[in-house]
Amino acid sequence: MTIDLIRDTGTPLERQVFTWRELVQPTYSKLDDDAFTRVRVILMNGIESESLRFSHACSRMNRELQRDLARVRRIEQHQQTLVNWLNPADQSVLETTIGFEQVAIEVTASVALAEPDPYLAQCYRFGLLEDFDHMYRYSALMDRVEGKDANNLLQSYSDILPGRPTSVEHRHPDNDLRTPYDRRTAQLISKLHAQTLVAGEHQTHDYYMTVGPTYADPTGRQLYAEIASIEEQHVTHYESMVDATETWLEKWLLHEANEVYNYYSCVQSEGNPRIKAIWERFLDYELGQLQYVAELFKSIEKRDVAEVLGDGKLPTPIQYVSHRDFVRDTLRREVMLTAVGPSFVPFDQEPEQAQFYRAQLNSQGSPSDRVAAGYVWQPGTELVSNAPQLSQLDLQPTA
Amino acid sequence: MANTQTHAELGLNRTGVATSPRLTEDMLEGTSEFTPSSIGDDRQIGLERGDYAREADPLGSVPPPLTGKGMLKTGATALKGESPTQLIDKLGERLAFERTGTRLYEALVSKHDALGGFEGGPSREDLVRILRDEHAHFQMLKQALEKMGADPTVMTPSADIHATMTKGVLEIAVEPRTSLAQSLEAALLAELADNDCWMALHELALQAGEKDLAEAFSMALSEENLHLTMVRTWLAAAQGRTRA
Repeated sequence: MTIDLIRDTGTPLERQVFTWRELVQPTYSKLDDDAFTRVRVILMNGIESESLRFSHACSRMNRELQRDLARVRRIEQHQQTLVNWLNPADQSVLETTIGFEQVAIEVTASVALAEPDPYLAQCYRFGLLEDFDHMYRYSALMDRVEGKDANNLLQSYSDILPGRPTSVEHRHPDNDLRTPYDRRTAQLISKLHAQTLVAGEHQTHDYYMTVGPTYADPTGRQLYAEIASIEEQHVTHYESMVDATETWLEKWLLHEANEVYNYYSCVQSEGNPRIKAIWERFLDYELGQLQYVAELFKSIEKRDVAEVLGDGKLPTPIQYVSHRDFVRDTLRREVMLTAVGPSFVPFDQEPEQAQFYRAQLNSQGSPSDRVAAGYVWQPGTELVSNAPQLSQLDLQPTA
Repeated sequence: MANTQTHAELGLNRTGVATSPRLTEDMLEGTSEFTPSSIGDDRQIGLERGDYAREADPLGSVPPPLTGKGMLKTGATALKGESPTQLIDKLGERLAFERTGTRLYEALVSKHDALGGFEGGPSREDLVRILRDEHAHFQMLKQALEKMGADPTVMTPSADIHATMTKGVLEIAVEPRTSLAQSLEAALLAELADNDCWMALHELALQAGEKDLAEAFSMALSEENLHLTMVRTWLAAAQGRTRA
């Protein structure tokens, strides 16, 4: 299947319609479907969520575009609903969280490997090692509070190992801003990568901010609070990689192209035929939306869409596979890095201001250190070989 | 494809490590190279829980009676007892549980209507009968609370605890992918709790000197006991066991 972003017409907007029954379809199976089906559902919910978020921001700043934005946005709203409602009700908040982190690891790894710009690729590897650690912390929470094995969700595709420790990921905001790509010279794939990561991380942040307070255990509540703070850093980090001088319409065009790219990636890899049909349908919808926005771009900005979309050929799709070796190689080489301004440097070169910021946050203890203290994942939870530690006397703080 | 099974069948469940032995071996191999970043064990989570527990406020409270003057003799004694709020809290708990129990059996009836029954399982009439009992218990508790001058629309702390504990029970019954037999597992949990709680309520009413209430609760307990026996029998049939 070859997609042409400039010439493929897709489904016209007026035929992009839904019923409530279509929006609420049978879900995937948490037990029997491949873990990457859940990964795709979670990411595509994030992609659609970003399309709404962008559309509202654009609408607030562009009176003349409001009607067109509203038309397309309503369709995106229903696309997001259909996709997000594929998550099953027997999947708990923490189980879905494990799915979010698997997205952050495997999709970011795929993006980091494919990114042609060396600096941007390093930005992705930097974020990857932090989300990798979040998986370890949430898995420890699941094991130690709920007595459940996160690998039931991961299906052994992704590691449960410490990455850059979450407790040292906290950075002063000044150190979360990166150097953006140049809209005039960057390749299309670099722009799509950045859009994809902003979407995924923003949705992860919003999810943790929504579900964090629904968790009863205090360490769990703190862990969601702590990791949500890192996700906010990550949104800042990825968002700053996007050239802020792109026009609103240019950004809208890129959002639509990115949705095409992502649905195309899902179509290429999906093994569940019923869900694959949804990805195919929405790929056609997005092509229709892209053409709609392309017409606006041409008529309002008087510019050629090829300026933004190049020759219209889609880059290599996102690889929905295990990236274990790449992630571990990255860990070995780059786990000791932090960020100072837009640069990545070893922790010993971190300025005092950044150390002070982190020390203050961790001054009453670190939830992520506590939850995974001495934690080593094993199949079936750590209770398989470790008896529960019941004596707390030696851990009691002295008065 | 509707789930009319009484037991799960063989399929492509991917959650276990045996599905992917090579990948799992890789995962385990990594644990020796990438070791924990902080020392300790799972006890620190319990300590933090303890710290918070020592500082935490309760879930909530039982409100005062609506009016002292309007209170009938029945119940007045209870409210003068050593723990005047306890009976109200537990009555509120059972009221809420029976109200949700009514909806639980509605869900079971709709599942039965959609998927049919199974040999040795409940008839539609069986389920409707329990549904009506649950509703009658709810109504009886509502009247009891009103007679005591208490507000039957209140969610008491104990009602909140039981609702939180058993939210999965209703979820299993209304989930389209569960069979009737699987939904009856949820009903079993509800009936087990119901039996113990009605027993406790009966004793509390006796302690409070509320003989009429105690008698009514004793009848409810007998009905709940029958529900439990019925659900156990249906589940035994679904699982091919001969003894409930």
